[in-house]
Amino acid sequence: MPASIYFNVIISGVLTGLVYGLMALGLSVIFGVVRVVNFAHGEMMAIAMYLAIVLFNTLGVDPLVLVIPLAGVLFVLGYALQAGIINPFISRPEYSQFILLVAIAIIITNVLLIIFGPDARSVQTSYSFDSFAIGPVIVDATKVYAGVGTILIAAVLFAFFRFAPLGKAIRACADNYTGALVVGLDVKRLYALTFGIGAACVGAAGSMMVLLIDVTPALGPAYTLLAFIIVITGGLGSMPGALLGGVLIGLTEALAGLFFTPSAKSMFSFGLLVLVLLLRPQGLLARKT
Amino acid sequence: MAGRETAIEQVVEMNELLEVQGIGKRFRGLLAVDDVSFRIPQGSIFAVIGPNGAGKTTLFNMIAGVIAPDRGRISLDGARIDGRRPDEICRRGIGRTFQLVRPFLGLSVEDNVMIGAMLQRPDLRAARRHAHDVLERVDLVGKRAQIASGLTLPDRKRLEVARALATDPKLLLLDEVMAGMRPAETDRMVSILTELNRGTGLTILLIEHVMRAVMALAGRVLVLHHGAAIAEGPPGAVMREPAVVQSYLGAEAIA
Amino acid sequence: MQFVFAGASGRAWVLLAILLAVLCAAPWLAGDYLLTVLITILYLAYVGQAWNVMMGFAGQLSLGHAIYVGLGAYAAAVLYVNFDIAPWIGMLAAIAIAAACGALIGYLAFRFGVGGVYFAILTIAFAEFARIGFDHFGWVGASAGFFLPVANYARNDLWNLRGNPTMFYYVMLALTAAGFALCHALLRSRTGYYWQAIREDEEAARSLGINTFRYKMIAVVISGGMTAVAGVFFAFYYNNLFPEQVFHISRSIEIILGPIIGGIGAPFGPIVGAFLLTGASELMQNVLIAIGFDVPGAKQVFYGVALLLVVIVLPGGVWPWLAARLRLSKS
Repeated sequence: MPASIYFNVIISGVLTGLVYGLMALGLSVIFGVVRVVNFAHGEMMAIAMYLAIVLFNTLGVDPLVLVIPLAGVLFVLGYALQAGIINPFISRPEYSQFILLVAIAIIITNVLLIIFGPDARSVQTSYSFDSFAIGPVIVDATKVYAGVGTILIAAVLFAFFRFAPLGKAIRACADNYTGALVVGLDVKRLYALTFGIGAACVGAAGSMMVLLIDVTPALGPAYTLLAFIIVITGGLGSMPGALLGGVLIGLTEALAGLFFTPSAKSMFSFGLLVLVLLLRPQGLLARKT
Repeated sequence: MAGRETAIEQVVEMNELLEVQGIGKRFRGLLAVDDVSFRIPQGSIFAVIGPNGAGKTTLFNMIAGVIAPDRGRISLDGARIDGRRPDEICRRGIGRTFQLVRPFLGLSVEDNVMIGAMLQRPDLRAARRHAHDVLERVDLVGKRAQIASGLTLPDRKRLEVARALATDPKLLLLDEVMAGMRPAETDRMVSILTELNRGTGLTILLIEHVMRAVMALAGRVLVLHHGAAIAEGPPGAVMREPAVVQSYLGAEAIA
Repeated sequence: MQFVFAGASGRAWVLLAILLAVLCAAPWLAGDYLLTVLITILYLAYVGQAWNVMMGFAGQLSLGHAIYVGLGAYAAAVLYVNFDIAPWIGMLAAIAIAAACGALIGYLAFRFGVGGVYFAILTIAFAEFARIGFDHFGWVGASAGFFLPVANYARNDLWNLRGNPTMFYYVMLALTAAGFALCHALLRSRTGYYWQAIREDEEAARSLGINTFRYKMIAVVISGGMTAVAGVFFAFYYNNLFPEQVFHISRSIEIILGPIIGGIGAPFGPIVGAFLLTGASELMQNVLIAIGFDVPGAKQVFYGVALLLVVIVLPGGVWPWLAARLRLSKS
């Protein structure tokens, strides 16, 4: 095969991987700070994707424009979820928490199934079939926009956690829960905010994801698992790690699709997960504690 | 002359149950335990004391198998045990309690101790009988049907001791077992331990802060400070040594 | 968690005996529809029981248990169709394969210290791996499925598990009873006590000389093996196997619903859970049909809500609460 095909596949994989990374970033924030195992993560993205499709079909608004509004909607959803249902579970045994979120995931997936039916849906924008040619390499326009969007959002997020007082307060909670309490931070409110921020990432990722893939209600669990694989691979609590993990997974999938059958591509992600869990469970870019 | 001393040393060595030789442990730049050596004869009660941060817990954890020493050796009855897993160490004859008590909260007092007894007694009836015996020794047999989560702290401490005892240990390691108890409860624990030591010849190593208990129980005391041994001997003599007094006054004195 | 391992009182055993008697008589009392519902209930009770060994006894949360059902199903089915080996013999291979798989997962997890949520994710990953793998596994039909010849219902062939629903009903009843008896015996053995210790506090268990790695492995292997037997039943009852269905994560979730709702830990939990859940969902389904809202997904939403309510209101499950109320447990 000519080299340009490899380049195409690689670049395509990296760009898609960036969007995966943004979704996983949300999980990294949620799990890293609030320590909640969000088994409903992929399902939240499915909600965002369906919203994007509905808004696109009824109001004609481009998904890229919807990135901010959907992030906002998911923020509210996430905040409400954490404040209303999950916060009391912080002190309960771990498996209780998982099951709570599994239940929420089941409800979301099947409500979506009832509302939208099982068929795949997608979005056809004016640039759906456009591509950019950079030398011998041809890249889909949608992927480029999504990739760039992800980088912008991630940059804003990094800046927030690094420089904004609220962001620093949240990091304090993550580093030391009791210490944060002692210092007088309203931890429960910060948890809810954090979950909201994580959900917002998912919302943003979702509205960009509709440009790349079709959505079905059954999408949720596969993407929840993918988010966990990415976060574990890249390192818990490490935001650059989530993006790196996403890119790695995107790349693995793309290359696996090229060399083997496309439907087997997730097997390689699982293989990678198993390897990481066994050999370097703290992930590739783990935070130093 | 030299020959006679060697012979005496040899006799003494045969009675050593636990021998710790030159062990050390470093945690990323902090030398937690620095070249500590001591011997515990069979049937004695040995206490390790020292201010906070002296390295007592690290020393304890190395003997219990939770962490491995960087250097040195630990031998039980002549056989090396340093670096072995906690469950292997228990099988070789060391029972231990935890600084923050960890009974099996969802199980009954009797079940807690039975699980300890099962190590040497796979037959459940024999295990249950032995558990009864042990519970009698620690004066908990009346509460054997109670669920552990309903016990007070002193009761939980005695439960932990009973559970460890049920494994028929040669050496019992107690990690600040007197902490958080009122004087009357401390005395009760002291009398139980004294009785165990005198009645069954059980060897005991205690990490302790509560001086009342140390003075009442220990035959020999080792004082640690900044990871190193600064004194060893009978409790009365050790507590009068200037280095020991200074380490306690210099750091925060704990009664 | 107090009642989790509490024994059942004499009253509970009497009730159980009555239940068993009623269940034995069911084919004469119940119509065809009710019989199929009962088969489903018993299947879920059994498979929940098997899962319970890993979670309720040894404290390891498996969210990928469908892998054992699938491996067991395919093993026995392939041996029957391609090599004419009766399912009762094929079952031995099914158990061996599933036990080996469990041992692998357990070894990887426990040797490398993978626990809690990571263990759960590992199990999900393995199940997904199996699903996609079998989707491409040509010899067993890949995604197109593997089929058993559907025989004549008039004759009951117990040895080859070909027959009418009544025969399957009794097989499932026997399996569930045997599973219950096994779990009950295990809990009262030294292994059972050690499992409880590990579940309560693994480090404290180690300090008592318990080789926690070995006992966790035993739990995983037994759990996997028991589940594989359910897989054999599944294959011969439904007569078709599709990787998308058999290994799917919703199957794994289905397996845990009974024990979670009924109560993990005690052998009664999964049984109570299976009855409640399936009973209520069938009822709901009929109500939905009556009001004309029978859509795909409605039943699952109900499961999700039930799970949510139980986890929030009765975190220990229904059985401990019920047992306390009706004085069915020893305390």
